[in-house]
Amino acid sequence: MSAAEFAAGGQADARDIEVEAKAIFGFWVYLMTDCVLFAGLFATYAVLRDNTFGGPAGYQIFNMPEVLVETLVLLMSSFTCGLGVLAARGNRKAQVLGWFAATFVLGLVFLSIEVTDFHSLVTHGSSWTRSGFLSAYFTLVGTHGLHITIGLLWMAVLAVRIRKTGLTRGNVRRLTLLSLFWHFLDLVWIFIFTIVYLMGAARV
Amino acid sequence: MIIANEITGRLTWGAFLHALITEGAVVGMALALLALAALVTYKRRWRWLWTEWLTTVDPKKLGVMYILVAITMLVRSGADVLLMRLQQATSVGSSQGVIPTSMFQQLFSAHGTIMIFFVAMGLMFGIINLVLPLQIGSRDVAFPFLNATSFWLFAAGMALVNVSLGIGQFSAAGWLAYPPLSELQYSPGVGVSYWIWSLQIAGIGSLLAAVNFFVTILRMRCPGMTLMKMPMFAWSVLCSMFLAMFAFPILTVTLALLFLDRAIGTHFFTGGGGGNMMMYVNLIWAWGHPEVYILVLPAFGIYSEVVATFSRKPLFGYASMVAALVAITILAFSVWVHHFFTMGAGADVNGFFGIMTMIIAVPTGVKIFNWLATMFRGRIKFATPMYWFMGFVGLFTIGGVAGVMLAMPAIDFQLHNSLFLVAHFHTMLVSGVLFGDFAGLIYWFPKVCGFRLNERLLKYSFWCWFIGFIVVFVPLYILGFMGATRRLDHYAASTGWQPLFIISGLGSLIIAAGLALLILQVGVSIRQRATTRDVDGDPWNGRTLEWTTTSPPPVYNFATIPVVHGRDPFWAAKQEDAAPPETRAFGDIHMPKNTPVGMFVGGFAFVVGFTLIWHIYWLTILAVLGILITAAIRTTSTDESEYTIRAAEVARLESSRQGVLV
Ligand code: HEM
Ligand SMILES: [Cu+2]
Repeated sequence: MSAAEFAAGGQADARDIEVEAKAIFGFWVYLMTDCVLFAGLFATYAVLRDNTFGGPAGYQIFNMPEVLVETLVLLMSSFTCGLGVLAARGNRKAQVLGWFAATFVLGLVFLSIEVTDFHSLVTHGSSWTRSGFLSAYFTLVGTHGLHITIGLLWMAVLAVRIRKTGLTRGNVRRLTLLSLFWHFLDLVWIFIFTIVYLMGAARV
Repeated sequence: MIIANEITGRLTWGAFLHALITEGAVVGMALALLALAALVTYKRRWRWLWTEWLTTVDPKKLGVMYILVAITMLVRSGADVLLMRLQQATSVGSSQGVIPTSMFQQLFSAHGTIMIFFVAMGLMFGIINLVLPLQIGSRDVAFPFLNATSFWLFAAGMALVNVSLGIGQFSAAGWLAYPPLSELQYSPGVGVSYWIWSLQIAGIGSLLAAVNFFVTILRMRCPGMTLMKMPMFAWSVLCSMFLAMFAFPILTVTLALLFLDRAIGTHFFTGGGGGNMMMYVNLIWAWGHPEVYILVLPAFGIYSEVVATFSRKPLFGYASMVAALVAITILAFSVWVHHFFTMGAGADVNGFFGIMTMIIAVPTGVKIFNWLATMFRGRIKFATPMYWFMGFVGLFTIGGVAGVMLAMPAIDFQLHNSLFLVAHFHTMLVSGVLFGDFAGLIYWFPKVCGFRLNERLLKYSFWCWFIGFIVVFVPLYILGFMGATRRLDHYAASTGWQPLFIISGLGSLIIAAGLALLILQVGVSIRQRATTRDVDGDPWNGRTLEWTTTSPPPVYNFATIPVVHGRDPFWAAKQEDAAPPETRAFGDIHMPKNTPVGMFVGGFAFVVGFTLIWHIYWLTILAVLGILITAAIRTTSTDESEYTIRAAEVARLESSRQGVLV
């Protein structure tokens, strides 16, 4: 299908193409269902946003500079992830591993900022038990974080596999799926950034 | 009060103690399992069980397993129903009936949950697995391994519900567990947790299966089968899976949030703390209403196949049938508020949803008329699947009219949560879903097993179900008008309700007889199979591709992938008296290898659910790790996950099968 396979000497027979097309289409469909899942959480958040129950509101607890750093880090990781896929298309294994290592580290940085942020909220008495708003906030943002964690695990496993077996057709396909997943999480984050943080801080 | 232990969480010996009747059921189930294990050991069939069934990724075998589980659950839930009916018939005035209130509450909760999730869903996915790949001329589903995993998640959820009978207790909060009743404060026991985790696990299985079949239909149809040439069953599955893809994630979220409320003290649906219980009701029905269409659309598909085949005519109004399916699919997401008109959303909102609900009856009516028009001037053969269809048309229309009545908010304020409602939705679910699935099972049984079922006993069974249904549920319609509410385990003698409850109870015995006949006739049919063998793979003079291959089909379904040119390709070929099959060139066939990984994932999921219910968190962590490691091994292993059947081997297999045919 792509140049990578020909460079790798793989033969793009009809069956491989079919398997590939099925996997990618199937993964898109799965992402749609995940989208519905997030839509449910966003709806919940929208309903409970003002139910602060005497606790803090969004603008009182959001640390906007930190959120901006988080956002930039995640955007950057999407960029490096894209470069990794390009390198895979060009069949440059060392580069692929390099770019995905960078993506992994950026993802880890994002996650650690989030965790420290959650930690400080909890220690300051603003945990999820405080109000409906905080329950919805922690759950929505935390579910995104959980997805990022799974993405990181997947990335690690796939890196091991690529080191072991090289940029085979199957591995390039898996990499493509992973990058879809990663970009999807980036997109969800943009919504979180806008709806939770920006609108929360601006009190709209 | 409750002391959490490091090792066993909240699990104590007390959890194993129950009322005598429950213990009896538990011991009975355990003995049945032991007897089964002993039988397998005696027959030395463990290896066979493992390689042929437990590790299989063949949709035909997964389908059979789904159906076996579902029928078992139908029997379990049937027993629950008999107890409830007995209680309602006897518990009047000074008599307290046969079972305590707490148990009655668990019974209706378990009955509703099991019937929807493990009977109706199980039969539906079973039939889809059996028939769909064959019908679209495919050798397999898009993701065979995922398909097996879906089944095992379904089985894990089913196991959790039944384990609750012996260890702890089941939810007493109804089949949809509305808060605040289902919150920790009012349901501190493990019951609601059992409910949450069995549905969560089975629900994720269903979601994955929906994605799988959606992709299968869109990408794996045989050459020539455009969307508008697909059999109607395939269309109905496509729509149903689409609905499931959008509805089940909402269920996942809802259950997760309820779990968080109960486990870590969030305030999503609590009374205080800034929670909003109306949100739960909205969320659960945003899944729940589409769910009933997820169940009924494939049954509509089955009826379409059955009616066309036994009327020996093409389905009337194919395009309008498709349009009706698509219309229902879209509208299904815009009616959910009709389940809680009484919760005070206001006249405008209620009015909107009431009207939408009436509108959705229109495409359903279109389908009914199309089926009748298909029969009109057909040469109808009244085989047993047609009986279920005829029963369905009558009952479903009555239930639909009752539904349109309930769609009017003003009427609903009178009838909400009454037995009228119970009668309405049972009319839809039993005649729509259950009868449809039975018709499908009987219709496709010869394809799967190679011989037909006993028509005479099946007709007796049908009449028991049909008459029994009327005897059970007509009294409930009347009781509803008289003001009897649902989930009632005791009432005053002065209400004058008892005679109707007794009649209803007797009716449930008739249905029980119908179920017994339905199951026992399989034994008779097996003994008589020599006379009913399906030798040419086409016992009903069928129209679609599944009848062109042998019964039972080989693993690979079709030796060469068929090419179709129109709807009802097999019927058309038979009409033209097509030339004898040309000697075809066989090619290599690639099939997925069996793997126990799906079963392992299901097993781990069961442990995750069970340990979360009992707060045995160290084991939860291990089981989650188990799932992750299994997945990692599966994706990193370099073993081929497929094997090849060489062309020569295919030729040999085919000629030996042809030999059987002649
Ligand atoms: C086959 C004969 C059946 C009988 C005799 C029967 C009987 C009953 C009874 C007695 C109740 C309790 C009514 C009450 O609240 O007073 C009930 C509830 C219910 N049934 Fe059935 N049922 C049957 C089949 C089914 C099927 C096939 C389904 C679904 C596919 C189903 C789904 C439900 C649900 C969802 C409830 C509500 C449970 C709740 O209140 O939480 N039933 N049924
Ligand atoms: Cu509804």
